[in-house]
This record gives sequence, structure tokens and C-alpha cells, in this order.
Amino acid sequence: MGRITTTRVSWSVKGHRLLDGIDMAAPDGKTVGLLGPNGSGKSTLLRLLAGLRRPDTGTVRYDDAGLHDLGRRVRARRLAVVEQDVSAHHHVTVRQVVELGRTPFRGRFDAPSEHDRRIVDAALERTETSDKQHRGWHTLSGGEKQRTQLARALAQEPREILLDEPTNHLDIRHQLELLDLLAQLDVTCVVALHDLNLAARYCDHVVVLDRGRVAAGGAPEAVLTPDLIESVYGVRVLVDREPATGTLRITYLAATADRAAARARQPDGPQG
Amino acid sequence: MTTSALKSAAPTGKPAPGRPPAPVGARRPPTAALSFLAAAGLLVSVVTATLFGSADIHALDVVSTILRHIGLDSLAPTSPLPGLHDALIWESRFPRVLLAAAVGMALAVSGAILQAVTRNPLADPYLLGVSSGASTGAVAVLLLGVGGSISLSTGAFAGGLVSFGVLLVLLGGGRVASPSRVVLTGVLVSQFFAAVTSVVLMVSGDANSTRGFTYWLLGTLAGARWEGTAVTIVIILAGVAAVQFFAPALDAFTFGWDSAETLGVNVTAARVWLMVLTSVMTAAAVAASGAIGFIGLLVPHAVRILAGPTHRSLLPLSAIAGAVFLIWVDVFARTAFAPHELPAGVITALLGAPAFALVLKRLES
Repeated sequence: MGRITTTRVSWSVKGHRLLDGIDMAAPDGKTVGLLGPNGSGKSTLLRLLAGLRRPDTGTVRYDDAGLHDLGRRVRARRLAVVEQDVSAHHHVTVRQVVELGRTPFRGRFDAPSEHDRRIVDAALERTETSDKQHRGWHTLSGGEKQRTQLARALAQEPREILLDEPTNHLDIRHQLELLDLLAQLDVTCVVALHDLNLAARYCDHVVVLDRGRVAAGGAPEAVLTPDLIESVYGVRVLVDREPATGTLRITYLAATADRAAARARQPDGPQG
Repeated sequence: MTTSALKSAAPTGKPAPGRPPAPVGARRPPTAALSFLAAAGLLVSVVTATLFGSADIHALDVVSTILRHIGLDSLAPTSPLPGLHDALIWESRFPRVLLAAAVGMALAVSGAILQAVTRNPLADPYLLGVSSGASTGAVAVLLLGVGGSISLSTGAFAGGLVSFGVLLVLLGGGRVASPSRVVLTGVLVSQFFAAVTSVVLMVSGDANSTRGFTYWLLGTLAGARWEGTAVTIVIILAGVAAVQFFAPALDAFTFGWDSAETLGVNVTAARVWLMVLTSVMTAAAVAASGAIGFIGLLVPHAVRILAGPTHRSLLPLSAIAGAVFLIWVDVFARTAFAPHELPAGVITALLGAPAFALVLKRLES
């Protein structure tokens, strides 16, 4: 209960095909990393998964239900989205932000119930923001804002969470803490990431996008090969295992002078 | 008046029973107590404001007169007043106070909504040009034919809607725009419609009507009579009640429209409805009283400081606070320099401009 699948999803804007025939699956309870250079379509795919845009062709399914067959409120009760760099236009407290997560559960005229309060408390607890709940959003650091948004997402009691580069602007400790938390959750997570080492360490599956297509998908060890990284990112890398922990380690060596040449050298190409 | 009443209540505020003693409840007075105080303040304001005027009439006589006219003769504490005083209270002062209350309500609530919908703390129906567009519509209908109070409201409504539409188009279909861009666009829309109004006035009006309109455009409640006022009050009360329906959507707009959409809000429908309702309320207010500025800026910000940004309480409290505020502004306008009357809009601008500067400062900090 919490499986996300896309079948041949394509999306264009003004004649530019930003996503082309995307097939991917996020199994129940797993953390799936969306990788790829800037402009490869990570954010666009997340927006389609969130139902903010409708694919031109293809389908997005949550378990067995088509995304657009689910009503807005029904969808918001199972799927939470953590966007990148959001800003508030007036002064709200951390707790008020987290309470927004209860919106799809509350009637139009209802005050937060005892049940809502308990869930908000638990979400604050989980993200270690309880002590900051009365602080103003504007006074928070980047890491605190990100954790507050995650707490708001958790208050939606989701089965799936979509996150767009949640580690952006976070210091190293907060990056690790955030991804640790995601990995612990019993929730399907699809998370766009820039850092390949973080992806290798925290994701059960990764999907690598290259110019709107899936270049590769599967377990990080299988996908994150030097050839693939060079062809998609244009960077030569060394991939080995960190001796003490045994986790996959990617060391960046140099930018490839000619990306086209790198593509040509890879036998199966980015379409595979 | 309410503001001071609310402030004095703040230190004694304690968390509502049944709620854990969370610091939020302790920091701010509970909404129920605030609402009660605000409603009481409104009732008291309506009656006491009716006392102010050239003829000296006792408070109990005012209460009796109002009770008699709404069919509660048995509750009236004193005997009926002579016809002239009765008419003065019932036909002139009382509708004027009620109109002030309704207009204040409409403008304050519209301001609170515009601030959430444009995601801009400086939004106000006057500053964004909605009032200006409504004025243009009203003047155009009055001077270019048709006539009658209903069609004046219709003209104001159409003008308000058009100017709001122009604003949204200029802001790029309503995508998130920076506060300064929203305000500058508002200035542009406002100036444009003010110019159109001037053209209509100069071309179609004679010297007398131009003078009358210029005064009306500054914002005044002097024209309050039952026939027009009753319709205005009904429209505004309906609007204020209807927007309450969108309180959760307005809260969800805090982090933008996409974020609201993922919280299960039908953003397009909410925005269209809120735009229409705001235009209706503003247009009704402008049609009755001209363009009174800054209430939509002053009142919601004061209420947010006292009661927090949650629209479930912000909207009704802003409605009541706006009503009380304009009632007393109007009392000042008609009594301070008697027998001369100041336009209420001049006074709200005198108070509102410094408040705008304060909000701007707070925004930058």
C-alpha cells in the first residue's frame, strides 16, 4: 500500500519535450532517489507525480488507482509533497505550518481536534522541532525550515512523500539527519537528489534521468557505474567501496571535455 | 475602540478549557473570548456612535427608538421621541452608522483575503486599484446614463471585477509575484482607473456633479439612506459569511498555490470565488461610500498581531474590527470640525499611510 508507478509518461511545454516515456516504479515503503543533472526533468517528474501537472500521455498510478481518479482531498490524505525553497508571505509559527498538514482531514469550519493536535505533536516530535513549535517561520534556519516542512508532510499521515532536493542549503549534519529520518519512515519516498554519495547511501532504488528520459534505474550499486555517470553528468568518476563502512563511494575526478564523446563511448546509450 | 478593548483583554487571556496549556494559547487570548469582546464592542459602538451629532439626544432614547423601529416596543426603556428626533436617529444617524459598519467590514475582510490571495502583506482593495476600478464603474454608469442605485452598484461591481482582472493579468496570470511588484502594479491599475474616472467626469459631468463626485471619490458615508444602505448591508454580510467558507484554503495559500493544491485545496476554484466575492464586497462598499483606503491594510494586520494569522479567526475578527474602526472614523469625520464634515477616506489615509510604512518595515526585517 504505497506503490507509485508511471507508465510511458511524457510531458511537453511549448513544443519542448521535457519528459519522454518515463517508466518508473517506487515500491511500497522504499526510498527512491531521482538523479540527474539540472534540467534533466527531476522536478518536472515530481510535479507530475504530485498531480500538479497532468501528463500529455501515459499514466501515474498510486497502488491501483490512477492519480487523476483520486479526488484532491483523498490524494492529499495519502500523498505529501515537500517542495524546494518555499517562502511564507506572512508571519506563521512552526506549529501553524505543521497544522496545515491537517487541512485535507478537517471540515471547512472545524477547529483542530484533539486527534489533529496529537498528530501534529507526533510530527513535531519525529522531526525534532517540538522545542521550536512557537518560533516564527521567518526566524528559522534552512535546516529548521526543511524539517518543519517535513513535519507538515508527516502530519498528512502520508503513505507516499515526494521531496524535491530536500538537502539543498542544509549543512552536512542536517543532510544526514534528514535522509536518516526518511529512510526510517514506513513511507514510500521519492526524493530528487544532487549528491550521488547520499543517493548511494540512503536510497533503495535510484532512477537516473537524462534530458527527460530514464537513463537507468535499479539498485544504486547496479546503476551508479562510472560509464553511466560519465555519459549523463559528463564527469569522470571513480566508484569503489568505502573500506570501513562498505558503502558505495563515488569520487569525482574531472569533467569530461566532450560529453558527446563520452556518450558515444557508452555502448547502450542513455536510452536504455 | 475595539483595539483598546482587545488589548486590555490580552494579559488576562488564558488557554481555553480542554486544551493543554500550550504556550500559543497562553501568549494570545483565546479566539472565543476575543470574538465575544469584539462582538460586544461592535454593539456598543453602533449605539454610542448614534449618540454623536448636532442634536443632543439621551442614550436611552436612542436605544428606545431603535428597538421601536425593529418591532421590539415592549423592551423600549423610555417613551417615544418627538417625530423630528425620531427621524433624525432612525432615518439619518442609524443607517449611517450601520453603513459605516458594513463598509468597514467589507474593506477589512477584502484586505485580509487579498493579502492571502496575492501572497502580499501590503495588499488592500484601495492600494491594488480595486476601489479605483469600482469608482470608475460607478461614475461611468451614473454619468453615461442608466441611473438608479442598483445599477450604480452593478457598475461598481463590473469596474471592480475588471480592475482586479487587469491586476491579475499584469501580474502574469497570478503566479507568485514579489510584494513590490504587486504594489507597483496596484499603483498602476489604480492610477489608470482614476484617470478614466477623471475623463468621464470632465467630459460628462457639469460643475456641480463633478464637485459632488470628487467629494464622493474621497470616501464619505454622508449619503447613507435606508433604501441603498439596506441592500449594501445585505450584500456585504452575505459576502463576509461566504468567504468564511474559504478560510482553510486561505491558510493553505501560506506557501503558495502548488503547496495548497497538494494539501487538497481546489486552488483555481478558491481563487476565482475569492476574487468574485472580494470584488462584490469592495464594489458594494465603494458604490455606497466612495473609495475609502487603507482599512484593508490596517485592520487585518492589527488582528493578526492580536489573534494570529489563522483565517478561521482572522476573517470574522477583521470583519468586526473593521466595522468598529470605520464607525468611529466616521463619528470623528462628522463631529470633529462640525459643521464641516471631513471625508472618512481622508482620515483613513492619514492613519493608513504611517501604518503602510510600518508594515513595509516589518516586511523587510
